[in-house]
Amino acid sequence: MKRPPLSVLLPYLWLAVFFALPFVLVAKLSLSHAALAVPPYAPKLDLSHGLAGVADFLRGLDFATYRRLTQDRLYLVAYLSSLGFAGLSTAILLAIGYPMAYGIARCGPRLRPALVMAVILPFWTSFLIRIYAWIAILKPAGLLNLALAALHLPAVTLLDTNAGVVLGLVYAYLPFMVLPLYAVLEKQDESLIEAAQDLGLTPRQAFWRVTFPLSWPGVAAGSLLCFIPMVGEFVVPDLMGGSKTLMLGRTVWTEFFADRDWPAASAVAIVMLVTLVAPIVLAQRRRMALMP
Amino acid sequence: MTAPLVRFEAVTKRFGAETAVDDVTLEIAEGEFFALLGPSGCGKTTLMRLLAGFETPDAGRIRLAGEDVTDMPPHRRPAHMMFQAYALFPHLTVAQNVAFGLKAQGRPKREIAVRVEEMLALVRLEGLGGRKPDELSGGQKQRVALARALAPAPRILLLDEPMAALDRKLREETQFELKRLQAALGLTFLIVTHDRDEAMVVGDRLAVMRDGRIVQVGTPAELYERPAGRFVAGFLGEVNLIGEIGVRPERMRLSRAEPAAANRLAGTVTEVGYLGDRTIYGVETTAGAMRVAQPTGGGERAQVGEAVWLSYPADAAMRLGR
Repeated sequence: MKRPPLSVLLPYLWLAVFFALPFVLVAKLSLSHAALAVPPYAPKLDLSHGLAGVADFLRGLDFATYRRLTQDRLYLVAYLSSLGFAGLSTAILLAIGYPMAYGIARCGPRLRPALVMAVILPFWTSFLIRIYAWIAILKPAGLLNLALAALHLPAVTLLDTNAGVVLGLVYAYLPFMVLPLYAVLEKQDESLIEAAQDLGLTPRQAFWRVTFPLSWPGVAAGSLLCFIPMVGEFVVPDLMGGSKTLMLGRTVWTEFFADRDWPAASAVAIVMLVTLVAPIVLAQRRRMALMP
Repeated sequence: MTAPLVRFEAVTKRFGAETAVDDVTLEIAEGEFFALLGPSGCGKTTLMRLLAGFETPDAGRIRLAGEDVTDMPPHRRPAHMMFQAYALFPHLTVAQNVAFGLKAQGRPKREIAVRVEEMLALVRLEGLGGRKPDELSGGQKQRVALARALAPAPRILLLDEPMAALDRKLREETQFELKRLQAALGLTFLIVTHDRDEAMVVGDRLAVMRDGRIVQVGTPAELYERPAGRFVAGFLGEVNLIGEIGVRPERMRLSRAEPAAANRLAGTVTEVGYLGDRTIYGVETTAGAMRVAQPTGGGERAQVGEAVWLSYPADAAMRLGR
């Protein structure tokens, strides 16, 4: 067999070092117990005792933390709440992102690059700074309420509410929805729409029977690209959510830093990863099967 | 006489500063195979798209099957188009593609199934209904596009450069097949093409277009043998210009001895090209460079450098003007 070139191996090496290895470490952590020690968990691998040390270490691992997760309803509620936030935000992102992507794709070829650039432009500023900017807009005496007051309209409370979190998520992830949709819609042959109309469909019917089904790979890619990281999102719920906003990213943070319960934090992260990896793998397979 | 199926009345279409279709008036009769012929950018495709409804004229009216369709959206017009790159729906099977227009008309399922089978048989694609477009050859795709456009029984079928994506041999076969199909169905076909052979083979009548205007309308023989001017004469075939007169290469005779004909020119052979069915000679004469086509088995032969005479009968002279 021919040896694969380095350029093929490099991504795998990258994945091994920056994904597989940390994953194994976190998985190991999730099987250990919290302890008053530095670092705050047990057992620890002691290689000075040779194989006996490894055996002792392996005997010390169990699924007690996972059982604890099932007993405390808080974790389930946080998980479902995260899925809810991510699901709702993904739906809103599709509703906003699809018309945007469609509009850009239907623009003249001279205007298109500028519009795509406008979608990407926010990335040039730090994410954290952009979220703080939202806080400045949404806070009780912020820009939004000043503007409303000037128009003699009642003030709105968005900051530190669940609605604020959804707003923040939709804002933060919009480019990840628009770009894959645009990529698919821009390639679409306009004569297909004409053919549909020629054969008797109104423009609206032609959209639902031809444009939308053909853009499905973009819808799937954009939705996954937004939904999966949003489930684990920490910054937006932490900075824009209220004390009652329950999301997994925050739960992990609290377990890790406030409670110093590293195994619980790791177990929450592992559960999230496993339940989210399944849809990714399925979606990938489906996309591969759809490829000509 | 019955009213024409299609009537363009002083139709003008502009794109910005450019006039794509310039004051065109044209009638197409029911049951006719009509060809719009011209170089690229002459407005022939725009004229067809105006009839399909994809463009709206800036001036003039368009009538189709007795109705003024000028402001009618494409989905309500009884004209179906076969697109240049076929525009088959890649997410649908062949049968679903053919059924598309029938479903849009809201026909009952069983009727659709019967009609789809009928159409697939018509274009000789029986048994391929379950395939996806990307599993078909170019010729098969073309026939699916044809079946899809014919299935909802339009009053006129529009063909936009239908043979452009086919190789030469398949193209010739398809031309005759289209002509047979059109005659069998008794349907009106309008074809847009830049290929003069194609237009002359399939077309009962042709309209030659240039710069958004129709230069001449007539049967292939009328246009070829009595062209209205130099442009039509040159576009439909080769032509030798002698002052204001044009003579087709195959109407000229080449001889070594001075001919008795009144119309004769002396010259020297500069080129000889043997094509099997005929031989093409380039001859430099006192009136300029001429081309002569001598059929194999008829007429004399000559070598490069030989002094020869060219002659043509009086009825071969086409008055073309300046």
